[in-house]
Amino acid sequence: MSGDMLKEGIVPGRLSTGQYAQNFSELHPPLGRHEAFVEADRCYFCYDAPCMNACPTSIDVPLFIREISTDNPLGAAKTILAQNILGGMCARVCPTEQLCEDACVRMEAEGKPVKIGQLQRYATDIAMEERKQFFTRAPGTGKKIAVVGAGPSGLAAAHRLSMHGHEVTIFDARPKAGGLNEYGIATYKTPEGFAQAEVDYVTAIGGITIELGQALGRELSLAQLSTDFDAVFLGIGLGGVNALRAEGEKEGLHGLQDAVDFIAELRQATDLATLPVGRRVVVIGGGMTAIDAAVQSKLLGAEEVTICYRRGQEHMSASGFEQDLAASKGVTIRHWLQPKRVLTEHGKVTGVELEYTELKDGRLAGIGRTITIEADQVFKAIGQTLEDQSAAGLELNGGRVQADAEGRTSRARVWAGGDCVDAGDDLTVTAVAQGRDAAESINRYLAGI
Amino acid sequence: MADIRNNFVGIKSPNPFWLASAPPTDKAYNVERAFKAGWGGVVWKTLGEEGPPVVNVNGPRYGAIWGGDRRLLGFNNIELITDRDLYRNLTEIKQVKKNWPDRAVVVSIMVPCEEDAWKAILPLVEETEADGIELNFGCPHGMSERGMGAAVGQVPEYVEMVVRWCKQYSRMPVITKLTPNITDVRQPARAAKNGGTDAVSLINTINSITGVDLDTFAPMPTIDGKGTHGGYCGPAAKPIALHMVADIARDPETYGLPISGIGGISTWRDAAEFMALGAGNVQVCTAAMVYGFKIVEELVSGLSNWMDEKGHKTLDDITGRATRNVTDWQFLNLNYITKAKIDQDTCISCGRCHIACEDTSHQAIMKEKDGKRHFEVMDDQCVGCNLCVNVCPIEDCITMIALEPGTMDTRTGKQVDPHYANWTTHLNNPMAKAAIEPAE
Repeated sequence: MSGDMLKEGIVPGRLSTGQYAQNFSELHPPLGRHEAFVEADRCYFCYDAPCMNACPTSIDVPLFIREISTDNPLGAAKTILAQNILGGMCARVCPTEQLCEDACVRMEAEGKPVKIGQLQRYATDIAMEERKQFFTRAPGTGKKIAVVGAGPSGLAAAHRLSMHGHEVTIFDARPKAGGLNEYGIATYKTPEGFAQAEVDYVTAIGGITIELGQALGRELSLAQLSTDFDAVFLGIGLGGVNALRAEGEKEGLHGLQDAVDFIAELRQATDLATLPVGRRVVVIGGGMTAIDAAVQSKLLGAEEVTICYRRGQEHMSASGFEQDLAASKGVTIRHWLQPKRVLTEHGKVTGVELEYTELKDGRLAGIGRTITIEADQVFKAIGQTLEDQSAAGLELNGGRVQADAEGRTSRARVWAGGDCVDAGDDLTVTAVAQGRDAAESINRYLAGI
Repeated sequence: MADIRNNFVGIKSPNPFWLASAPPTDKAYNVERAFKAGWGGVVWKTLGEEGPPVVNVNGPRYGAIWGGDRRLLGFNNIELITDRDLYRNLTEIKQVKKNWPDRAVVVSIMVPCEEDAWKAILPLVEETEADGIELNFGCPHGMSERGMGAAVGQVPEYVEMVVRWCKQYSRMPVITKLTPNITDVRQPARAAKNGGTDAVSLINTINSITGVDLDTFAPMPTIDGKGTHGGYCGPAAKPIALHMVADIARDPETYGLPISGIGGISTWRDAAEFMALGAGNVQVCTAAMVYGFKIVEELVSGLSNWMDEKGHKTLDDITGRATRNVTDWQFLNLNYITKAKIDQDTCISCGRCHIACEDTSHQAIMKEKDGKRHFEVMDDQCVGCNLCVNVCPIEDCITMIALEPGTMDTRTGKQVDPHYANWTTHLNNPMAKAAIEPAE
């Protein structure tokens, strides 16, 4: 089937079947055994390694790389998973160029870090393919714990709690477990059902039950969970999307969409050719979500894709690597532009009017001059918020659940972690660390330590 | 332009790089290719006595160990001497020498330790008009089980006896190739000299097992489930060879005896080091087997560029220049005090120097300064051992700096004595003698 890229409006089938497959193939193909050995050779086995300290989950990177280099990938996988049970997903989605690989001493030496993420994937893939489980459950404690949210933090918490012998029930609002791993990550980063395979791998330890279609503030209440369980962990993420606060923005407007919904739709699609996309797309925002939505719009066949961000390039939370990726796919990134008005005709989006901005005394301000960019599809990617009611009864801080260093919330026997807490930084790996650490805190609490 | 022409015991070659007696020099085809590539000479793979040729294994003949990126570091072989007909080899040698009159063609020989056997083969080799012979007293596997190769080289009396026969029955220069599989390499070298050898060449390969196959529990290389020791060579063997070359070069009994240096030579720098320790030329095998004959171009250009840079005009200017600096431990200057210094500009903060020093040595490298990751040597703890220099991944980032005489060594709290003083006169030495001068 051949497509038509120039068709006006938001339509499916812009590309040929082959082009879809090519565009959405995996971004980084996995390292083969030889490639892994060559790359592992580059690691210097640093003392108190900077890469390890840069990892939110503190994976012992030099040790696992040394294990890979001696043809002991299962030893490497255990080293990784002991700190980060979602090491497989993190190997794919971590902004390593901002974390471990940025800290790699090879950056200082020759500007080329060891490919830590790719090596991590090499080891964890082997362990998962072999269905090798490294951790066993302690004798049952008889304690029951509710984990709300089957995303990275919830899964990490559940696994650690199960290891300690507790019985865990995970509730999730969506029809599939995995949270943003399943619904929020660009398709080309985790093709072929990896998120579900990882959920299966993590829960294979046993003692974990998953109940889907259960949302806090809908089917579940914190009060009831507190009654039914010995402890509660909330890893509910951020279900709401910030508004543009632009004229003409209204619910249900044809062509104005949340970027996260678009990304989720893409991940769940069985046939990419059925997914509609605009000929001209504008994405408002400056984070990973904006990049993912923009790149995938382009890959679906949009002719012009423009990201508009209200601050400068140095302020974008999307990594340099992500920005380069977007540019390489033909996405235009424009800075110092904030949305002023969504332009419509006959109830459909026709463009966005944006105002130029500048920093004045450290504050962002419009300068009164505007530009209009034609678009038949506009994505909002300016950050997510807690969904209404989901955190009722908890103290908030900056719109997120207030939690201390161990994940304890303002409410007794309720812990929280991941994107929903005030200390969250929207990274999968941070969510995993918080889930894991909250689980340890819960375990200490239940053991009376 | 440096003159790198070589004259080794009267054998002339356009450069000092010969291919050692080994598979690369087994037949005219290879040797012709080597000469076309630019090699100065070859030692033809060892000829045996007339009769049915030796038989090689048909399973693996080589084993290896590797470093980073699978660079071959050490190599071993269980191949025997030539398994081709003696007369075919002799015919080819004669033709190759005729084709390449300016190149050195030396023939390696190994026959039983009987006078008649040597008496029989020497004229046949002489007839080829080859430039000289090399006596293979080093091959450590297979042939040694039959009383040849290393089995001769390990008995100085046999070495002397065979060398004497060769000098008696041949006009050709004799190079005696020594085995390293012996406690004191000076003994066979002295014996060879006493027998009248024109030169020695060393080292032959070292007894070795390169590894064990952990699935079959068999040594490698593995031939149908079994293995035997082979001869070890390649870059990893170089330090052992350098020491043995130096030992012979500085032995008063063999002083001045020409040496052809062999053992892990892979680059021009390796070659220059062997020559500096006393070798008149060098022989290469493993590096050629790993990378092909083309490496000779790098050997030639590297050696001559270095000589030009340093103002060395001929090979005689470098041969043996380092020999006099090889001495016994007891003569090392105990008043020479160095401290490691880390160049903070090139340091990449890997911390390897710190952990090596902290875990295994003298706790002399700090890991933190003002709460930040920072590696710096603490002179008051540093004994100058050089471990940090050796483990640092960045060349010249850590260097050893000698303290000026008269300055304070903060480790001992003593001033650096400007005078040379060694163990022989040290207060702590129960055998201390009156001061003697350093070895020259």
